Amino acid sequence: MLRHLLHPKPHTALAAVVALALGCAAPAARATTLVLYAAQHEQTVDQVVKAFTKETGIDVKVRTGEPPELASELLKEGASSPADVFFTANSPELTLLSENGRLAKVDPATLARVPPQYNSPTGDWIGVLARVNVLVFNTSKIKASALPASLLDLAKPEWKGKLAVAPTDADFLPLVAAVVAEKGRPAALAWLKGLRRNAMIFDDNEGVAAAVERGAAAVGIANNYYLPRLAVEKGADKMHSTMYYFGHGDVGALVNISGAGILKSSRRQAEAQKFLAFLVSTPVQQMLAKADVTFEYPLVAGVAANPALKPFDELQPPKLSIQQLSDDRDSAKLLREAGLI
Amino acid sequence: MARAAVATARGGGLARPRHGRPPAALVGAAGFAAALVLLPVAFTILQATQVSLHDAIDLLVRPLVGLLLVNTLSLIAATTVAAAIIGTAAAWCVERTALPGRRAWAVLAAVPLAVPPFISSYAWVSISNGFQDFAGAFLVVTFAYYPLVYLPVAAALRGLDPALEETARSLGQSPWGSFRRVVLPQLRPALLGGMLLVALDTLVEFGAFALLRFRTFTTELYAQYRTGLDGPDSSLLAVVLVALCLLCLVTEVRVRGHARYARVGGGARRVAVPLALGWARWPIVGAFAALIVLTLGVPLGTIGFWLLQHAQAATSPVVPSPALLARATLASVGLGAAGSAAAVALALPLAYLATRYLGTWVTVLERIAYLAQGVPGIVIALALISLTVEAVRPLYQSAALLVITYAILFLPLALVSVRATIAQVQRRLEETGRSLGLGWFAVVRRVLLPLAGPGLGAAAAMVFVAVVTELTSTLLLAPIGTRTLATQVWANTSSLAFAAAAPFAAMMLLISLASTWLLARRFGAAAFPRLG
Repeated sequence: MLRHLLHPKPHTALAAVVALALGCAAPAARATTLVLYAAQHEQTVDQVVKAFTKETGIDVKVRTGEPPELASELLKEGASSPADVFFTANSPELTLLSENGRLAKVDPATLARVPPQYNSPTGDWIGVLARVNVLVFNTSKIKASALPASLLDLAKPEWKGKLAVAPTDADFLPLVAAVVAEKGRPAALAWLKGLRRNAMIFDDNEGVAAAVERGAAAVGIANNYYLPRLAVEKGADKMHSTMYYFGHGDVGALVNISGAGILKSSRRQAEAQKFLAFLVSTPVQQMLAKADVTFEYPLVAGVAANPALKPFDELQPPKLSIQQLSDDRDSAKLLREAGLI
Repeated sequence: MARAAVATARGGGLARPRHGRPPAALVGAAGFAAALVLLPVAFTILQATQVSLHDAIDLLVRPLVGLLLVNTLSLIAATTVAAAIIGTAAAWCVERTALPGRRAWAVLAAVPLAVPPFISSYAWVSISNGFQDFAGAFLVVTFAYYPLVYLPVAAALRGLDPALEETARSLGQSPWGSFRRVVLPQLRPALLGGMLLVALDTLVEFGAFALLRFRTFTTELYAQYRTGLDGPDSSLLAVVLVALCLLCLVTEVRVRGHARYARVGGGARRVAVPLALGWARWPIVGAFAALIVLTLGVPLGTIGFWLLQHAQAATSPVVPSPALLARATLASVGLGAAGSAAAVALALPLAYLATRYLGTWVTVLERIAYLAQGVPGIVIALALISLTVEAVRPLYQSAALLVITYAILFLPLALVSVRATIAQVQRRLEETGRSLGLGWFAVVRRVLLPLAGPGLGAAAAMVFVAVVTELTSTLLLAPIGTRTLATQVWANTSSLAFAAAAPFAAMMLLISLASTWLLARRFGAAAFPRLG
């Protein structure tokens, strides 16, 4: 290629290059290609998409990004969005799109696969997987008995320099919304300012989990799947850290729903419905639960979670509905007010 | 790499320009290129002005902006000084001493420019997370950018008349004294210019700092975009960043433009007699070896190490496979080819206009094109996303938009080479063509382009390398389903999946080093104006 470019006949080289450029730009549009905006872990999305294409013959093009990033993109794109399906890590972004009337109704048969409290109250998105917030802690840095009873305690001065958080990780925003819903906005702001004083800041929860594992921080706020994944990589016997589940309905035990919805503007509604049904089909839920990749809780009845996780019915999450978690936008503003972003 | 070349070669040329009326089509094409450069900046400023003055003060006078300023400015201060010391010392040893193997060191000391900073930060972070934050950022940026000082200073040293130093020595100055009082002042334009380029590159760098978790303006803009907060408030932050960049750029142009040292006296200048180093040569060779190990050995060695490790499916966003690697390579190479073609096409009319015609407007258009150097990729990309989603929907998320972005980003790089090439084409040949009845366009096609071909190829190849190793705008603008080497490295590295990132990083490094080597072999020093 390079030699060709450097060939002293620029017009031929240029022509070739321009042809290449046009080739790149030409849309590879086929009738049976779904466009998926995916703000879930890429390894999980990849697994599902491959299985879906294999079973249905429908190709899926994936755009990846953080949940708020893709949600805000979808809102800006409006009716001419190329997206057919939005599959995201946490419910607030789905709530946001739903409130803005961007989501189409999901097939009742698909909705019925998942317990109603994990679906959209208006039936325009479904819950696919659940995840729970935990405190990861380094067992040589801190004793289990010294761990806080509540997530809110981490803003206290005694945690200064011991804590790792990732305020820009999309999993952190619903946690802020939950604190606002339980304690009010001023208390949430004070809590965030306390975290800013105490915490080492990371970009994402992978960074938090790794920092705790290597002992740079004693404890870290993260969702439940980072440590099991790290354990797969390092070997469970070589781990220096483990997970602490908050109890008694503390806000720190927040359960988030990762779900999917269909864009109203999609011109491939039938295929999109098929994709949603596929996500909550028993074989797919079993695949996600069994493979040591995802480590989230399947929501379909009768599918057991990965044994590396605390059983779903033993979790003690705060009593907050999906609507109370709102849409993440105010959470992001609070983070900015607290100086975390 | 891009910036050093651009800085050294701006202006100058063989064919003497003339006053006169350039063809309207030519002015139109050059104006289009300039307008493309201005568009994202203007849009960002326009967005920022939507913030009321009161809100703007609230947004700018807050702890976070203070932290970003402290982080950015302290890093710039540390890296420019470190790069100046390393770059000058290396240049002096290579140019002025009888260092064993100095020809090899001269080349090796410049090679780190072909290693993208986010690849070296990947290497350092994967060795230990202890390299995160200031220390790591300082290390990575200094090692990545010290050649920006080394190359111009080495070129300046080569051009110095040794007679001045000898006079100083004969008047009783010690070797150090003559260096400090005679050599250093003469190096000042090259040295300061290089340091400002280091500062500018530090300001616009994104990927390396994101992986090192060092918060600067660019990483903050990205964080805000990720959290869905990309509105006028973010634009305001972007304007602050652009202002800092332009300050560096303008100062750099002034430093290089005004500070000149002329040699008076007859005859030709001698080549300096290399200083015998005696026993000191072995510690110096050791220092050079250490520099190469740190700047090239560490990235290459770590990537090699991770290539041998197994990438776990659980922790790797993208588990590498030969098919995925091939697809990402093709995407990178395709975008590189398209991007370089577009950048050269944008640069051609500007270069022709600038070398053949005089006038205020010509100067203005050319200056605007070089302005792109001072606008960070993340600002251009974010502006173009908003602009296309709101106003130019067919371009939104298209490969064409990404190619246009590359063309804007690397227009200065292309323009430098294209301009130098066009300037070397004798105008008499064009005039002969015209007198024989060829039209203006036919002259360009049949006389100018064949003569300028190799130079244009070199320009295209340089832009090609720059595009293949570009991360920021590729990350933000890649069309649905397009994964390049850079985005795959990014996806894995930002999740700390180092083994999974290795094949993609290795391929990118291979393309970058091989292209640069081919370019140097094919065109020699002429491909890199600063080496000349």
